[in-house]
Amino acid sequence: MNAAPLFAPPARDPARSFQDMILTLHDFWSAEAGCVILQPYDMRMGAGTFHTATTLRALGPEPWNAAFVQPCRRPTDGRYGENPNRLQHYYQYQVILKPSPSDIQELYLKSLAAIGIDPLAHDIRFVEDDWESPTLGAWGLGWEVWCDGMEVTQFTYFQQMGGFDCKPVAGELTYGLERLAMYIQGVDNVYDLAFNSSGVSYGDVFLENERQMSKWNFEVADTDALFDLFAKAEAECRNALAAGVPIAAYEQAVEASHVFNLLQARGVISVQERASYMGRVRDLARSSCEAYAAKMTPEWEAKYPGWSLV
Amino acid sequence: MADFLLELRCEEIPARMQPKAKEDLARLFTDALTKAGLTAGSVETFATPRRLALIAKDLPLATEAVSEETKGPKVGAPPQALEGFLRKVGLTAEQLVERDGVYFAVVEKPGRETAEVLAEAIPAIIRAFPWPKSMRWGAASLSTESLRWVRPLSGIIALLDGAVVPCKVDGIASGRTTMGHRFHHSGPVEIANAGAYIETLRAAHVVVHFSERCKLIREAAARAAAEAGLTLVADEGLVIENAGLTEWPVPLLGRFDEVFLDVPPEVIQLTARVNQKYFVCEDADGKLANAFICTANIDANDPAVVVDGNRKVLAARLSDARFFWEQDQKTPLAVHAEKLARITFHEKLGTVADKALRVAKLARWLCEEGIVAADPALAEQAARLCKADLVTEMVGEFPELQGLMGGYYAAKEGLPQEVSDAIRDHYKPVGQGDDVPTAPVTVAVSLADKLDTIAGFFLINEKPTGSKDPFALRRAAIGVLDLVVKNSLRMETMHFFARAAGAYARQLERRPEFQGDGEDGLGKLLTPEFYSAVTDFVLERLKVQQRANGVRHDLMDAVAALGDDQPVRLLARVHALQAFVGTEDGTNLLAGYKRAANILKKEDWRGIEGEISQTGEEDPLAMVDDPDLAPVIAAKMAERHLAETHLSYTPEPAEKALIDALAAAAPGAAEAVDSERFADAMAALATLRAPIDRFFEEVTVNAEEADKRAARLALLARFRDAVHRVADFSRIEG
Repeated sequence: MNAAPLFAPPARDPARSFQDMILTLHDFWSAEAGCVILQPYDMRMGAGTFHTATTLRALGPEPWNAAFVQPCRRPTDGRYGENPNRLQHYYQYQVILKPSPSDIQELYLKSLAAIGIDPLAHDIRFVEDDWESPTLGAWGLGWEVWCDGMEVTQFTYFQQMGGFDCKPVAGELTYGLERLAMYIQGVDNVYDLAFNSSGVSYGDVFLENERQMSKWNFEVADTDALFDLFAKAEAECRNALAAGVPIAAYEQAVEASHVFNLLQARGVISVQERASYMGRVRDLARSSCEAYAAKMTPEWEAKYPGWSLV
Repeated sequence: MADFLLELRCEEIPARMQPKAKEDLARLFTDALTKAGLTAGSVETFATPRRLALIAKDLPLATEAVSEETKGPKVGAPPQALEGFLRKVGLTAEQLVERDGVYFAVVEKPGRETAEVLAEAIPAIIRAFPWPKSMRWGAASLSTESLRWVRPLSGIIALLDGAVVPCKVDGIASGRTTMGHRFHHSGPVEIANAGAYIETLRAAHVVVHFSERCKLIREAAARAAAEAGLTLVADEGLVIENAGLTEWPVPLLGRFDEVFLDVPPEVIQLTARVNQKYFVCEDADGKLANAFICTANIDANDPAVVVDGNRKVLAARLSDARFFWEQDQKTPLAVHAEKLARITFHEKLGTVADKALRVAKLARWLCEEGIVAADPALAEQAARLCKADLVTEMVGEFPELQGLMGGYYAAKEGLPQEVSDAIRDHYKPVGQGDDVPTAPVTVAVSLADKLDTIAGFFLINEKPTGSKDPFALRRAAIGVLDLVVKNSLRMETMHFFARAAGAYARQLERRPEFQGDGEDGLGKLLTPEFYSAVTDFVLERLKVQQRANGVRHDLMDAVAALGDDQPVRLLARVHALQAFVGTEDGTNLLAGYKRAANILKKEDWRGIEGEISQTGEEDPLAMVDDPDLAPVIAAKMAERHLAETHLSYTPEPAEKALIDALAAAAPGAAEAVDSERFADAMAALATLRAPIDRFFEEVTVNAEEADKRAARLALLARFRDAVHRVADFSRIEG
């Protein structure tokens, strides 16, 4: 016998619910670009670009389309829950399309329409903004996308990653989810966002976290322990590299990067030391990317005759 | 004749690159035509965020046919010669033309279709296009050999006389289809021919003329301001930037909360301009109004919605700025200044705190010495605080507000106005045409700061070379000279730099890396070479600066050769000299001087001292320091000097006249120079003109009698030396 479906999802309401906006983007990129919808990387990181689905997958010749939400930790941006726009923990929505499709701008604008931004009601602009991450040995050209003067998305064509030319080039879209939601929902304070359609606000979910985590980031975190963690992550990265497991090494580079950001927030790294720490993080991340590319190259070359890493 | 349209459509081109891209397109296209032997009646280029286009009018449809003639052998030349020629030109004997007994090969080269020329030129132009930054994209980028463009290239229109010129670049084929405005027009737009391009796109909400969009923005923004009873603060940079961000520009005026007007107007304007590309407005009193003008790229359904969105963004930015403004004021500048100890000025020259301390001492010294007529305590106080704003939140956000914010904070703190003004203006002058400070405290701090910077980098041998001047030392030197000249400061250049370098020495000797005789040891830094290099550097800038002001460089050289390193005095002397050499007396005196100098050179006249060589010593002065000989030499010299003025013969009248004139003029000129009355010095020299002219007319220098010859040469030498006290005339041209 044919059972009637027990559950049919209700229509999304991205203009009145943060989670519906996310789910709409998932639906959109899954349907329109065949993206794999991933879950967030289970580590603390400063930006969605650090997710291996972006960095490591941008290397090599194989097509790769993915979309995911990545929580981002920016310890120095903490404001104890008192600033309506700044958070030490927020969400980015990342889309990575490799190779970059020829209609990527149209797809992107369609995704904005899907979450309720009408381009004849709002002024959408592509303003030059090139992207560079010395830490990842990466750079690209693109734009920040403005909606009525507000930057809502970073749009980048990756040209290099881990010091290697991207062959082929991937297009990366990074939506600032809270900003977009505030815009769509018409609220001036991030904590007033409707998280869902059942009366739960962003503040209900995150306000207390912001208060406590700001305090921890700026005042409480044991700096000796952080220095120790940094050293251990660095050592473990080297250990993993030596053992030929570059993905594990890369994770330790991500860890070291975040611990460095925490040390920055604690104000215990002087201007002079800062450059040296950044150099150490960069070494770890680049070495991991290089080792990953080197390890994968035979497989890539076998699948794509004529393709070479450099 | 036909018109040609080229459109290269791509994703949004950075605004700043569009004006240059237009020029590059025109140049590359014209070059390609010229190479093919074609000329267009006119070439016009267009740029919008999404397209770069060109219309060439009155192009011939084909290049001219060319008849190429090659001269061959004479008629009747040996058959081998003729055969060789036929092989070379690939013709038969019947095809040759005979003229005046010589064979010619005539090859008719037919004209080429212009369309064919263009079909080859377009891909070449695209591949050679000099974008400042370009990128790869899409599936083709699997190889790094794929096409590069500023952003992905998506379409090419190439129409000659309304017909498609077929060509293809990396899979993109030319056609007649383009796109209209991204949001106001959906679907493709067909272009019939070059003449229809502009209006067809206008109908699709695209203004293709860059300059027309600029005009639209300029006028509509001014109108929007006027309608609100305000005046637009004109900003051509913003006009161009907004024209590069829009295909259909629509300036819209919005208001921000008046509470933000507490923040200094420079901060508001910078926030609006740099971060948001908004114009600002002034009210009837010329004060900044709480209004902004953004330039939308759409005719919005409801402009108020767009304005409100922009207002919120600006409000967030301004509340950050206001937060910084208030936060910074909670800490006195003196406390901010303590944090300068964490900022490196230069790795070899210590921190910014070290610099502020040196500058403070130098500024104080300038006042105590009476070089600048300011209160030493105020100068020191201002100098100690002048860099403090570098660690404030506001300057961290907007580095271009350095100085200005320090001035505001000092005033808010209630510091004396001389101090806050000095903090605000101590970076001045920052370039040609910038105001040169005249307030005494400001002058002391500004001068001390620049002297310190120049001294420091010369100490560690980081001098400007060629086009490289990473620490802007030339600008600093010009700043020093502007201050000194404008305020008539008596700067003994070398002495001042010795003072500035001494301050480094005292600080650096406490640092381990500067001790000992290592590479960086202090002894290695404070060298005679340092002093002469830094002095020469500043005086060289003075020459360059004065040349721009119309001062003759040879006159600068003539004066500088005397070793004066005080710029104001040097200039006074140069100005007097320039006035003098412009007169008839000056010109003739210069001629007389040159004649005297030539004779002295020709006769190898070494002066009375030169006569000592007759003692037989190889070095004429070898014995002068010998204590035993000293009295002997002194006596001899006295005797000879006496002989100079007490002649052993009766001088001729012209000779006597010159002797008398010199006796009067030489001390007069010298005294005038010493008391810096340079015009008087020139006047004194002018009295020598007639006597020297007459002397050369009537007196034979090279007399047969040795004593006469010596006396006359000595006289000319005294004349030369008297002139030299004023300037080294040998360096004057003409």
